[in-house]
Amino acid sequence: MKTLGIIFSNIHERDIPELTKVRTLASVPFGGRYRLIDFVLSNMVNSGITNVGIITKYNYQSLMDHVQSGKNWDLSRKNGGLTILPPFSDEAGGGVFANRFEAIKSVASYIRHNEADYVVMADCDIICNLDFVPALTEHARKGADITMIIRKKKVGRGDHERLIVEQDEDGRIVKTCGIEGAEGEHLVYTDFMIINRRLLLYILDHSTQWGITSFSRDILSNVKEYKIYGHILDGYCVAVNSLADYYAHSMELLDPDVVRELFHKGGSIYTKVRDSVPAKFTDTAKVTNSMIADGCLIEGEVTDSIVFRGCHIAKGAKVTGSIIMQDSVVESGSTLNCVVMDKGAHVLDNRLLSGHPTHPYYIEKEGTI
Amino acid sequence: MKKKRCVAMLLAGGQGSRLKALTTTVAKPAVSFGGKYRIIDFPLSNCTNSGIDTVGVLTQYQPLVLNEYIGTGESWDLDRKNGGAHVLAPYQAKRGARWYEGTANAIYQNIQFLNKYDSEHVLILSGDHIYKMDYSKMLAQHIDTDADITIAVIDVPMEEASRFGIMSYDKNRRIFDFAEKPKQPKSNHASMGVYMFKKDVLVRMLTEDDADPESEKDFGKNIIPKMLSLNMRVFAYQFEGYWKDVGTLKSLWEANMDLLGTDPVFALDGDNWKIYSGNNAYPPALFVKSSDVRNSIVTEGDIIAGTVKNSVIGEGVTIGEGAVVENSIIFGGTVIGAGSKISYAIVDENVTIGNGCVLGDGKSSPDRIALVGRDTVLPDGTEIESGSVTEAE
Repeated sequence: MKTLGIIFSNIHERDIPELTKVRTLASVPFGGRYRLIDFVLSNMVNSGITNVGIITKYNYQSLMDHVQSGKNWDLSRKNGGLTILPPFSDEAGGGVFANRFEAIKSVASYIRHNEADYVVMADCDIICNLDFVPALTEHARKGADITMIIRKKKVGRGDHERLIVEQDEDGRIVKTCGIEGAEGEHLVYTDFMIINRRLLLYILDHSTQWGITSFSRDILSNVKEYKIYGHILDGYCVAVNSLADYYAHSMELLDPDVVRELFHKGGSIYTKVRDSVPAKFTDTAKVTNSMIADGCLIEGEVTDSIVFRGCHIAKGAKVTGSIIMQDSVVESGSTLNCVVMDKGAHVLDNRLLSGHPTHPYYIEKEGTI
Repeated sequence: MKKKRCVAMLLAGGQGSRLKALTTTVAKPAVSFGGKYRIIDFPLSNCTNSGIDTVGVLTQYQPLVLNEYIGTGESWDLDRKNGGAHVLAPYQAKRGARWYEGTANAIYQNIQFLNKYDSEHVLILSGDHIYKMDYSKMLAQHIDTDADITIAVIDVPMEEASRFGIMSYDKNRRIFDFAEKPKQPKSNHASMGVYMFKKDVLVRMLTEDDADPESEKDFGKNIIPKMLSLNMRVFAYQFEGYWKDVGTLKSLWEANMDLLGTDPVFALDGDNWKIYSGNNAYPPALFVKSSDVRNSIVTEGDIIAGTVKNSVIGEGVTIGEGAVVENSIIFGGTVIGAGSKISYAIVDENVTIGNGCVLGDGKSSPDRIALVGRDTVLPDGTEIESGSVTEAE
């Protein structure tokens, strides 16, 4: 089963403007040492997909720096491996792509020159440890055109820009509609899709003629024309839709069961190797219910928090319910409650900062308070 | 192929029997250190940081873990097209198969490797020391003095000098006296087991030594004394800094403890001399509500629910609720059950300690360390006395 992976690095970027101002959604830091893209990229590699293209749009320097040659995901290959697909605008000067379908259209030649049977398309906003193999096997067995990876979720007011679906007993999708306005438990599309490569190329080649400009509106909703099946994901799977979501899902990592499921049960989640020293705790350190990455020096109190690599929490500092991204410093006497500190930020002595879980106080990258 | 200025040969075949159960199934250089490292990370990182990109790693005793760990050398940036890390195991030749019989013989059997790269100088290293050293400075002095061999020395306390190879040198750093483990040491300049040779001199000395049936084929016992007796240019390179031979349980324990504190005896970070290591893709360490960690090192992949004091915890370790780990070193992948008490212990990789176990007793001290070997499973309630060795069957 030869499969090509395509990752959209920037779809949903507008959902978390704070964190994506200086980076793509793909390179948003998560879970103490990871970037969002690490999850989907590792999932693909662990599922035997060793041919992966990453579609980029803006601000992708941090992403390039993160994935490099793909070596940390075992994707530095002679045959296949990782390909960064920079934005491409045609001679007519139409500008770079505006949606997923246009993005795929702009890399049609990359897809054409691949020999895969199937293409797996995925976004970077989903955090899960997923094996694509069962979905691919089902897809092949049922002779599907498209398989949508879906999950059961209680839908609320914050949900937007996604599809919800209905299936028959055989798993075939019989209806798709927008999530806006829906309530209660639904099958929600993860934006992970398996599609036959030949069909995809056929659609791309005829899209102008047929007036196709969107996957969700023109293809996935057309359940009569295409044989579309749904594959339900069990287990931990969340999407990051806002800063509040980002905060809430980060805090879920403090549950050892979530950590075991996300990082230990299936394949490993790989990331860029930083060669930090292990974390060091002094006599004055007090750490409970927290996640602490390598390279940290903890002298103060850390409770209910996530501390990324290379941070320094000074003696007498109190950090509660906060997310401290890599290389940040909290000086002595400062108290932080519900704060999201972006990379390399600095809180000087005796500051008192507080937010609320639905509205965490955000300190920008390299900001000083 | 462009000629190299210096290649390194790392002697990693030693058994390290004084480390007892730690080296039953792994060679000493592969023994864990400092949470996420193995001893060999130090000389390998020193090489790459010193601009030496070709390293032959000579293995013999229990090489499996070591070979797998070194892999392509990628972790130390030693995966190179021209050069890189090479594992050199004993091999079979037309005139028969020989094990490496002493440090000099191990290098002698790999003269082909040295001739292939044909570097001007060869650096000989051992895989049993914890230190950060810029070999390029030693090479500069070696070239400057036109030495045939330069021996790195470190000053040790006079009372410990009889454990080392001891050198006396003049004001130009030329060595005039060398004694291997002397009863009455004449100085406290101890050999670090780090030698820089002119390549041609090395090849000549090793070839002559191999033909000598009386020789024990050892650098310290045979090669260096012979070079001195021939009045060759033998120089000392004085090293300043932290250097620790971790050949015993006590010294290994001490070296780990030297990493602790805000102003540690030996700092792994804070300079631009990074120590690289193999990577296991673990998530950050997780501390649950009941955890209490003081003056310790905790590595990624750990899940800590108990109390940890004055200890070094390796990668992927789980410490259950109510467990207390004090003054101990826990290697990667070990699981410590709830309520277990561990004091002055070294627990090797992938050990399973049940609930309510007790390691160590009232007599526990750095001289009476309880050692639990790799893959051992201790049932609930096991008690192990200080200074004992427990191994998997």
